Amino acid sequence: MEVHNLRIVFSPTVYENRPRQPHEFAEIAREIRRDIIKMLVLAGSGHSGGPLGTADIHAVLFFGGFMRYRPQEPWWPGRDRYVLSAGHLCPVLYSTLARAGFFPIEELRTLRKYGSRLQGHPGRDMGLPGIETSTASLGQGISIAVGMALSDKWLDKNDRRVFSLTGDGELQEGSVWEAAMAAAHYRLDNLCWIVDNNDCQIDGRVRDVMSIYPLDKKFEAFGFEVLECDGHDYAQLAACFEQFLENHRRGIGKPTVIIAHTKMGKGVSFMEDDYRWHGKPPTPEQALRALQELEDPYIAVVEPSEAT
Amino acid sequence: MPEFRLLGKKPTRQGFGEGLVVLGERYDNVVVLGGDITESVMTSLFRDRFPDRFFSIGVAEQNATTIAVGLALSGKIPFFASYGAFCAFRNADQLRISVCYNEVNVKIGGGHAGVSVGPDGATHQALEEIAVIRTLPKMTLVVPCDYMETKKATIAIGEMWGPAYVRFGRAAVPWFTTEETPFQLGRAEIFREGNDVAIIACGAMVWEALLAADMLAKRGIQARVINNHTIKPMDIETIVAAARECGAIVTAEEHQIHGGMGSAVAEIVAKNYPVPIEFVGIRDTFGGSGEPEELMEKFGVTWREIYAAALVAIERRDRGSTGLRRVIDVPTYTPTDGQP
Repeated sequence: MEVHNLRIVFSPTVYENRPRQPHEFAEIAREIRRDIIKMLVLAGSGHSGGPLGTADIHAVLFFGGFMRYRPQEPWWPGRDRYVLSAGHLCPVLYSTLARAGFFPIEELRTLRKYGSRLQGHPGRDMGLPGIETSTASLGQGISIAVGMALSDKWLDKNDRRVFSLTGDGELQEGSVWEAAMAAAHYRLDNLCWIVDNNDCQIDGRVRDVMSIYPLDKKFEAFGFEVLECDGHDYAQLAACFEQFLENHRRGIGKPTVIIAHTKMGKGVSFMEDDYRWHGKPPTPEQALRALQELEDPYIAVVEPSEAT
Repeated sequence: MPEFRLLGKKPTRQGFGEGLVVLGERYDNVVVLGGDITESVMTSLFRDRFPDRFFSIGVAEQNATTIAVGLALSGKIPFFASYGAFCAFRNADQLRISVCYNEVNVKIGGGHAGVSVGPDGATHQALEEIAVIRTLPKMTLVVPCDYMETKKATIAIGEMWGPAYVRFGRAAVPWFTTEETPFQLGRAEIFREGNDVAIIACGAMVWEALLAADMLAKRGIQARVINNHTIKPMDIETIVAAARECGAIVTAEEHQIHGGMGSAVAEIVAKNYPVPIEFVGIRDTFGGSGEPEELMEKFGVTWREIYAAALVAIERRDRGSTGLRRVIDVPTYTPTDGQP
């Protein structure tokens, strides 16, 4: 089967950023997962596992009223900032931003295509609303987030917050721990560091490739407030973000890390918890199956002339 | 007649430190990051004057570079300074992706350039940063010639928009330019007129080029000396004019010949007006411990090599010789009125 035998339609739904019940997050996360599968099968390359595994985190963070942003005014000076340090997860961020209204949902079709604002890894040069910085050389995004938080807390002395997500394999980069040191040294309680802890990286299990454990004790030793949760449990995720906001309000003088235990490929049965899905897209057959599992109302096999 | 007079000896790093203080006075969003060697690269001048805008990051060049990016993305003008051996190499990935691809307003001060670093030895003598930095898209790279010009260059990169790197040294070296000496980013300055051969130099080698030109004049050769401080973007017009009007070029830098300022000149000359070029610089080797002047002599970055190279370049132009096996008898330097 070829891609042009699939009818791929992106739903037009845009979601508000407000307090929500778990079942609402589940609906948004499923929408994001459908977007990810559609974008990747259209692109014919890209990362499946990590984006699917962090869809729940992004759904809660962006649509649960925790982050302050204005999609119609993407560079609003009062916004909270989000840095996706694990830049290869960008399909999940592109979908999230489109669903929040930062840019037209139809643009998701252009992922990885020549001239697209949706580069294979986030590129600030393309000026896509919501992309604060280029990332994807692993380890750099979190240091950039530390610089942003440093500026907010000690120079501009405002109440903005910086969120940043790293992978767990990414923590093998030494500079990540330089960033951790600096975040604690400058008491950046406006920084929320999320670790996508799926224990998968390209070569295998993180614990086999180069163990980073114990993570909680490492971050504690570095001077962090450490929160842990099931990265697919909406109530737990919401509670963690709420706790971070509370830490910031109280001014605890420590950065917060949320170690989110996730499964790579979550939501698609044949991808779940399988590191081989780190860096490849689904075939049209696999995309069809995945979208059926994700209850996509549009997916169908059609004649190429009817494909969209 | 010589236009420049020796005003004394001062380290170029002092010009960097003083330039930062001037920027700090002019702009309240100029911020400096320290990499544990603040006294040595003289960011301590800024730290003592503006303690609220100075952040110590420790011995962590990768982190300092990317923290600077976060600051720049928050509307600041961050400077991070360390030794070129560390702030152009260990952080090269950060410079490439987070600074240049991001095209943010981050400024790097790379000290301890060249063998004139002296006793610290090879590990601390940056000899390859020009090659690394000049390949980065969006980057501006300046190698000023003395203390005063380093101060001007530091202020200039602070006042321009975009990623920039200024290279300076440790040792006290000849100081010969003044407030009035023209300096403009991206414009090479002709420091001595002449049409027999062009000596294109940067950094401390500009003074050596003036000495060589003085000695060449005693042989009746009028060398044009060009202070080619901006390696990127380079002043193509001035370089091509030198090729056209002199027909023979010597480049001189305290840096590896491979990939350095001379290589950039060669790219321009080969494309626009091919003429013989001789390269004076470090010849594919590491430095070592010693006194600065001793090392400059040992590694072949003095007026003597420039002088010899000028004669070879002229011969290649006039006789089509390759100049490969030519042994030049270089005279002892005899100053003209104590000054070049």
